[in-house]
Amino acid sequence: MSGPLTLFEKIWRDHVVAERADGQSLLWIDRHLCHEGSFHAFDKLARSGRPVRRPDLTFAIADHYVPTRDRAAGPRDPEIATMVRLLDENTARHGITQFGLNDPDQGIVHVVGPELGLTQPGITLVCGDSHTSTHGAFGALAFGIGASEVSHVLATQTLWQKRPRTLRITVDGALSQHVTAKDLILAVIARIGADGAAGHVIEYAGPAIRALSMEARMTVCNMSIEAGGRAGMIAPDDTTIEWLAGRRYAPKGAAWEAAVAAWRGLESDPEAAFDRELRLDAATIAPTVTWGISPEHAVPVTAHVPNPEDEPDTARRAALATAVDYMGLAPGTPLTEIAVDRVFIGSCTNARIEDLRAAAAVLQDRRATVPLMIVPGSSAVKRQAEAEGLDRVFTAAGAEWLDSGCSMCAATNGDMAAPGERCASTTNRNFRGRQGLGSRTHLMSPAMAAAAAVTGRITDVRQLISGAGP
Amino acid sequence: MIPFTTLSAPAVPLRLANVDTDQLLPARFLRKPRADGYHHYLFHDLRRDAEGRPREDFPLNDPRWADAPILVADRNFGGGSSREGAVYALVDHGIRVVIAPSFGDIFYSNATKNGLLPIRLPIEVIARIWATAEGDPTAPLSVDLAAQTIRLPNEAPIGFDIDPFQKECLLGGRDDIDLTLEHGARLEAFERGYGQAFPWRRPATPA
Ligand code: SF4
Repeated sequence: MSGPLTLFEKIWRDHVVAERADGQSLLWIDRHLCHEGSFHAFDKLARSGRPVRRPDLTFAIADHYVPTRDRAAGPRDPEIATMVRLLDENTARHGITQFGLNDPDQGIVHVVGPELGLTQPGITLVCGDSHTSTHGAFGALAFGIGASEVSHVLATQTLWQKRPRTLRITVDGALSQHVTAKDLILAVIARIGADGAAGHVIEYAGPAIRALSMEARMTVCNMSIEAGGRAGMIAPDDTTIEWLAGRRYAPKGAAWEAAVAAWRGLESDPEAAFDRELRLDAATIAPTVTWGISPEHAVPVTAHVPNPEDEPDTARRAALATAVDYMGLAPGTPLTEIAVDRVFIGSCTNARIEDLRAAAAVLQDRRATVPLMIVPGSSAVKRQAEAEGLDRVFTAAGAEWLDSGCSMCAATNGDMAAPGERCASTTNRNFRGRQGLGSRTHLMSPAMAAAAAVTGRITDVRQLISGAGP
Repeated sequence: MIPFTTLSAPAVPLRLANVDTDQLLPARFLRKPRADGYHHYLFHDLRRDAEGRPREDFPLNDPRWADAPILVADRNFGGGSSREGAVYALVDHGIRVVIAPSFGDIFYSNATKNGLLPIRLPIEVIARIWATAEGDPTAPLSVDLAAQTIRLPNEAPIGFDIDPFQKECLLGGRDDIDLTLEHGARLEAFERGYGQAFPWRRPATPA
């Protein structure tokens, strides 16, 4: 690689340990994060009798299965208790730093990694979880891997990868009021489809991206995987550097100065070529929600449930009909007439401090009319929210304010919606049954979810705030 | 892992797009140990109705395709979560080949590490396979990995692409950790140089 390079190419270039004639590269991995679901990988490592090559570069966090209530009592489900215990044992055996169930730094792995400064520009970061793309918000090359690859990283601190293609998504203009990073990424997915970026690393660029906070950038990069992307990334800038300064595992002193100087060079060269380019105008994006069972089923909140009969292609028509049917909706219904049974604010997509502030701004002096669960993205976010008094706004609104974890995002810890229940959710996947067998999920931003909790139906937060609603 | 070379066997048609890994293996089964086999959970919630009875219209419940080792689906197969258990569920059920127009990237990679061959083919070819299988559920589809072809009865072979590295691992049933350790000296040299070039990339020691 020479000549003008993209951000992705610059990071890739530094990390190639070996190359095969067939185009596979052995990549050095700077950071590996794991969680209690990683037991298959540790089992595989144990069967091979291999040690962990660099235990100092792996960090473990319990998140997917942790109870959000009565945490001190530990997980009640014996299978979950076993997984949490296995993470304790595996990390202790190999000398890996762990933030366990009752650690003050516990939280969702993709929230905690950045918080602790483990996530940094220019690094390669992997985790046995698809939403590892979140960390790309810092200008890292971060992607999810399966259990076999996790055991490969543990054993060798490397991974075999074929160089992905590159896609730049440039977002011009500025987002309108009450339109957030979540709406932006949902609009992108609606435009390119759930496999639209398959085989590609996405770089998000343009003034609307530059204007985003780190929290909002993480929301965008998080859902790159819902667009089929291998990873999502945003070049580091002052926002990134300020956010990282002083974090526990971030460089200190002279190392910090050297790091910052290097990070400043991590942007795509002006002449660098991408395999694909996409441009959109932020001003055209409205608050966006999903109506169906794929994240690509995203539309402006002002739209209606589509009518499958309008779709000329037979296969697509059948798929739309299945989605409308699973969701229990009548074609043509305005989205704002869809009543919800419960609301969930949480997940690695939208449970950082700014997300909770946005939800609190809507819930201030209002009451939820349906059950509302709020699960902070990390224990540190929880403390911060309480220091700001957000918890009092939530509980005054009738919400449940819980301990950090993945909770109802994947429903693996037992927090779930009942069959047939409709949930307005700040998470990233509206797959069938994702939030519990037979559950129906509508994805949206934290402010939109809070608005839905207030009215009990999908609501345009702009109308609620302007006083047109309750 | 079991090597994959050739296979000539019936194909089960699954006319569904966006079959995500949550459908292949619902999250609540992820905590199960592999030892008992993951086939119990394959398509668990798609295969059953609300009362838990097998749905007759789900192709994998059709006795004619009960043992078919080739699964043929629509676009974006295996998108979503990185759970390798989704691949274990297919493999433990006896599926050796999955054909679709596109795959989730992580699923694709997980498959090749577990002896499951993923094949990308255009939707027109897939539509012919569906029609053939629905017309005659015993009709064999022939897959030859070395030659990178599939063949429908009475048709000429159709080529498919696969990454040479993944092909080599599948053909040899090889674990890529062994392959990596062959580059051991290289890796050690890299590691030393890298630490000197980018000292700040190591996590700082907490104060
Ligand atoms: S919050 Fe949801 S998407 Fe994020 S890591 Fe947890 S389960 Fe996965």
